[in-house]
Amino acid sequence: MIAVMKQEKKTIHPLKFIMWAGCASIVMMFAGLSSAYIVKRNQANWLSFDIPVIFYYSTAVIILSSVTIMLSRKAFINREMKHYKRWLFLTTILGITFVLLQYLGFKQLWASGITLTRNVSFSFLYIIVGLHAVHVMGGVVALVIMYLKSFSRRRKNYNQIYIDLMNTYWHFVDLLWIYLLFFLLLIR
Amino acid sequence: MNNEEVLHEKPLVVHDAGHAIHEHHHQSFITKYIFSQDHKMISKQYLLTGIIWAVIGGFFSVIFRLQLGFPDQTFPFLEDIFGHWAKGGRLDTEFYYALVTMHGTILVFFVLTAGLSGTFSNFLIPLQVGARDMASPFLNMLSYWFFFLASIVMFSSLFLQTGPASGGWTIYPPLSALGDAMDGSKGGMDFWLTSIALFIISVLLGGLNYITTVLNMRTKGMYMTRLPLTVWSFLFTAILGVLTFPVLLSAVVLLLFDRHLGTSFYLSDIVIGGKILPNEGGSPILFQHLFWFLGHPEVYIIALPAMGITSEVISTNSRKPIFGYMAMVGSFFAIASLSFLVWAHHMFVSGMNPFLGSFFVLFTLLIAVPSAIKVFNWLTTLWKGNIHFTPGMLFAIGFVSLFISGGLTGIWLGNSALDLHLHDTYFVIAHFHLVMGVASMFGMFAGVYHWYPKMFGRFMNHTLSYLHFWISFIGAYFIFWPMHYEGLAGMPRRYYDFSNWESFKMFGGLNEFISITAIIVFAAQFLFIFNFFYSMYKGRKVTERNKNPWHSTTMEWTTPIHPPHGNWVSEIPEVHRWPYDYGKDGRDFIAQTEPVGADESKH
Ligand SMILES: [Cu+2]
Repeated sequence: MIAVMKQEKKTIHPLKFIMWAGCASIVMMFAGLSSAYIVKRNQANWLSFDIPVIFYYSTAVIILSSVTIMLSRKAFINREMKHYKRWLFLTTILGITFVLLQYLGFKQLWASGITLTRNVSFSFLYIIVGLHAVHVMGGVVALVIMYLKSFSRRRKNYNQIYIDLMNTYWHFVDLLWIYLLFFLLLIR
Repeated sequence: MNNEEVLHEKPLVVHDAGHAIHEHHHQSFITKYIFSQDHKMISKQYLLTGIIWAVIGGFFSVIFRLQLGFPDQTFPFLEDIFGHWAKGGRLDTEFYYALVTMHGTILVFFVLTAGLSGTFSNFLIPLQVGARDMASPFLNMLSYWFFFLASIVMFSSLFLQTGPASGGWTIYPPLSALGDAMDGSKGGMDFWLTSIALFIISVLLGGLNYITTVLNMRTKGMYMTRLPLTVWSFLFTAILGVLTFPVLLSAVVLLLFDRHLGTSFYLSDIVIGGKILPNEGGSPILFQHLFWFLGHPEVYIIALPAMGITSEVISTNSRKPIFGYMAMVGSFFAIASLSFLVWAHHMFVSGMNPFLGSFFVLFTLLIAVPSAIKVFNWLTTLWKGNIHFTPGMLFAIGFVSLFISGGLTGIWLGNSALDLHLHDTYFVIAHFHLVMGVASMFGMFAGVYHWYPKMFGRFMNHTLSYLHFWISFIGAYFIFWPMHYEGLAGMPRRYYDFSNWESFKMFGGLNEFISITAIIVFAAQFLFIFNFFYSMYKGRKVTERNKNPWHSTTMEWTTPIHPPHGNWVSEIPEVHRWPYDYGKDGRDFIAQTEPVGADESKH
């Protein structure tokens, strides 16, 4: 029994592996969209667009949130539960701010005549950015649940796995956004 | 987290057997049979749902075969069942398309993806790698319930006033994107898209679990090279699903936007009912690319588990090691990787660049190599074997036969030049029904007959099983072989009635013959269904003495007759050898859990 446990310690935690594979699957979804985008880009009837300035602010916000969630994990490892809660809370707020900023960016686009249906390039812009925001919202929901659970008196659980999973996912949506931003900036 | 903890995703001690068993006595009906997190129960849920869908999907094919076989007759009972869709006992033309579409959707996704891989990946992976359960039993349970939800949505679409989706299971736009085009593109299409979106989530949750369990949760000594080929096949199936279904999801999202929010991803220059649509700049070919990027790997998602089950059943019942184990694993890998590079062979006539086409011809024909390796290995495993013709074995051999018959015509269709003539004819129908439809169905039957004693602790009736096999096997060839001739003569698929064509009149009798055989084969499936449910309660019991009835080497047979949640009551056994030590050193079989003896020969 002990031998089995020792051997398994060396391998990656199954839930972490599920998270990584899940990220790969999300990547495939965006890979499908980006390749469709590239093919369309090279056909007639494509209108270019400018990335709204707000998207740069939202980029800064999501990068900052990656830092705060790292700090929350560090605090958790050091058993500084007060700090852990604070950083977790801050990450949640930053996540919500990010989604709000994306929404404001959409509004700005719309006002400048870049509407969803005017050109297929604009449709793609909305779908790609929107689907990413949906994934961030999913993360925000998980953050809220984690934050509420950190107040539970019943659970004095020092299991690190969930904060690790949250970290992985949050960095993933962060990197995904940076990739998408560069993609949209370079090919439009 | 180790194997012991995984059961409840929180620390659980199963060190002393009494405690573990005690814990499971207190399960309520709901946690045991409905919201179960036990992979064995989830597997049975998948199987049961799959059987129900198979009956519905098969029944639909019988109905449209009635139309194809007897185009000038009426069947008043149809009006009793379908009401205004079969006025006067004749199928409504649009409803005919709905039936064809639903038959394809149900069989491809709900039966041969969820029913096959969902059942056997769930049942066999933890049992054969030596794990207490999946990596995340909770996500595994969610996976089934998303499938269930998808099923409910698809099923309710059958009762819509405008009918279910009817643009073919490939739902090509613009037809599927425009509600004004036909009734089947109205509400039914939205139900279809919603259902498939839910289904994709189910496949992803399940697949992530299967991959992780195989890679991370194997018992001590179970190296990857000691995995049974079933587990290898489930692993590659899951990887294919996790990487390709998300692309279908993006295709579905774009289609939903085109349908409801006025975007033009797939639409351009369309006049409908004399009205010019504003959509501009879209391309229906884009949908075909996205769809077939999943669609082709999907046929391997269907076929690979059947291949894995076949390998295992054939080796066990030939009492011989599988021939070329590493070649089998390698060919799984080759098939899985090549399947990402061939999708456009479904689009040779879509107007794509012929030079691009030749690239896809090349890779398509390359898949013949690993497929032929597999066939060769199955045949050489059978060669000079001490063959036990159990029902599972018959279906496994049937799989090989059907896979050869249907696979050879794949080489014809993979050539873009030949495909110009054969595209969308009955030749294609014959090809894919044999190689992936019926063959995988046979793989599924092989699996059910072979593992039924492990699933339910009872045996199925052999006489009924043999009857079921021979009717299905002969029937499958009688149904699909003639279709090759019809297809070569140019008879197009999906048509409602051929009596207007002088050149297809000669097939009238043949079509009747096919339809009658289809009805008989469909009826024969109830032998299986009766056998399945009857044996669950009345079948001969598995006893302690024959709890490994087929004398298999793999780990699932080392569990108790009715394994508890957690599979092994005490510690999980250690694995010392590969799973195919049959007829070694004068012994009939040596279980994987038996240590290698001092003077044992090398395999
Ligand atoms: Cu294909």
